[in-house]
Amino acid sequence: MSRTRDGNEHDGLPDPALPPPTVWEERGISRRDFMKFCTAMSAALALPPAFAPKIAHALDQVKRPTLVWLEFQDCAGNTEALLRSSHPTVAELVLDVLSIDYHETIMAAAGHQAEEALAKVTKEQKGKYLVIVEGSIPMKDNGVYCCVGGRTAVDIAREVCGNAFATIAVGSCAAYGGIPAAAPNPTGAVGVKEAVPEATVINLPGCPLNPDNLTALVVHYLTFNKLPAVDSHGRPLFAYGKRIHDACERRPHFDAGQYVEEWGDHGHKKGYCLYKMGCKGPATWHNCPTQRYNMKTSWPVGAGHGCVGCSEPLFWDSMTPFYRRLPNVPGFGIESTADKIGAGLAVATAAAFAGHGVISGMRHDKGKPEDHEEA
Amino acid sequence: MTKITSKYVWEVPVRVTHWVNFLAILVLSVTGIYIGNPKSLALAPSGYVMGWVRFIHFVVAYAFTISVLARFWWMYKGNRYANWRSFVPFINADGRHKMGRMFRYYVFISKEVPYVEGHNALAGATYLLVFGLYLLSIVTGFALYAEYAPDSVMFKLFGLIFIPFSSQGVRLFHHILMWLLIGFAIHHIYSAWLMDVKERGGVMSAIFGGYKPLREKE
Ligand code: HEM
Repeated sequence: MSRTRDGNEHDGLPDPALPPPTVWEERGISRRDFMKFCTAMSAALALPPAFAPKIAHALDQVKRPTLVWLEFQDCAGNTEALLRSSHPTVAELVLDVLSIDYHETIMAAAGHQAEEALAKVTKEQKGKYLVIVEGSIPMKDNGVYCCVGGRTAVDIAREVCGNAFATIAVGSCAAYGGIPAAAPNPTGAVGVKEAVPEATVINLPGCPLNPDNLTALVVHYLTFNKLPAVDSHGRPLFAYGKRIHDACERRPHFDAGQYVEEWGDHGHKKGYCLYKMGCKGPATWHNCPTQRYNMKTSWPVGAGHGCVGCSEPLFWDSMTPFYRRLPNVPGFGIESTADKIGAGLAVATAAAFAGHGVISGMRHDKGKPEDHEEA
Repeated sequence: MTKITSKYVWEVPVRVTHWVNFLAILVLSVTGIYIGNPKSLALAPSGYVMGWVRFIHFVVAYAFTISVLARFWWMYKGNRYANWRSFVPFINADGRHKMGRMFRYYVFISKEVPYVEGHNALAGATYLLVFGLYLLSIVTGFALYAEYAPDSVMFKLFGLIFIPFSSQGVRLFHHILMWLLIGFAIHHIYSAWLMDVKERGGVMSAIFGGYKPLREKE
């Protein structure tokens, strides 16, 4: 007999043989759904399934670590990604378990009251709380281009991120400066780690980030009480350890040699590889093909549009033009590709040497070895 | 009268690596052009056109790398014509003088054909640049290749290039290097032919057989 606790199979009276309901059950989540979630999380974290009970145990015990969410030069797209799930998920509730003491978009407090709450956290919970930063931090002209409550973003970040247990930079702006940092970067925008080098920062880039990866990261922290392993760009390996191109559902078409040649053509309708349409999957590390967006519904390449490499540092500069495979050659017009320039170079070289050959053929050299030997 | 003797100039490793490099660059360029701008050749998703093209590119890339490294080793072990000093003529006054003479001949200022046994000084210096292009192709190629396994030793090594440069930038550069090598090849075949005609030093046949004719006045 399995001990179901979802209320469907017994008369509603609490069964004295069962332990008291957990924080999850109080929130209307069945044990079965909860365990499913824990198993999914161990998969997202690239852990063996045997870790699911460990995660479940940790989540049952949570001690509501404090979280503050700072927004700087952002579009609130990451907040949106997190809040706009179509129905409440266990994942959202995991974030509920954190005590979100400050979040500009969703908190009830305003003005000085809100800023006081933030000051209280940094003082009383020094080294223990988590910070999530969304948006880039402008550094130019003493950081005046982004101020909250009269203080510059960099000033706030130094204090709040500098005193935290760890900072999670969500979205490409917070991680690497993102779109505000695109050339010519008028505000001198940078990511959190660059603005506050002394802070412990873990990056979850993407435009927006995938909320599932944030949930998995928080679950990892709650389970193991430490941050997961990261790559050279400070991104957790469980979500950014594999190249999109290598996990893509269209990869067989790439290897086969079947490409979309034009939007809406036969190959596009059949779901061929978007390589020639400028897909940046070969240069981008992210778990989009497996984790997908919006309750695992879809992701850009799945929907027929190439990857734009949004989770890579400075993607707006390095991944453009989005609809061409290779960047433009600096110094040449945007219509010239590396191949046109290269072929031009080859033809010009050949022509130059052909000309040289004609002149050489007509010239009489001095001291030519033993001309007189010729008949 | 002159007596023609022949002199063994290009030893076996020099000739073998030369022709391996020639074939490798040819194959790498053809496969590289396909990788860079593929045509939809497969009729069924079970085809493996790009798979094979990339496989050939990578296998030949290894052969090319080994050949280039072997040639570097021979710069220390080989005879004086193969020696690394032939590629840096500009480090001493005599070499610079010889480069100047060759340059004046090339640009039609002088009519004196400078006859040499090994590489002429200008050619030697050009090959230094070409070895540079080889190395850059290899480093950028292996860096891109290792991207599929970011926790591999190969990526730890070659991936260092991604600290100052973006992956897309490296991709573009790898592509441009091919055109620079094609440009070199055109120039190289032409000047070898030119010098074969003008110098009568037998450079063309020497790269096959190794011997160059030596004329001695009696
Ligand atoms: C003379 C030497 C070489 C030439 C002329 C050459 C040429 C090319 C060209 C033209 C491309 C297409 C680039 C693009 O448009 O994206 C390419 C791609 C590539 N080559 Fe080479 N290559 C050479 C050597 C190597 C070596 C030594 C390696 C080492 C493994 C290598 C690995 C690669 C890889 C991995 C790609 C695919 C890049 C991608 O992911 O887009 N190549 N090569």
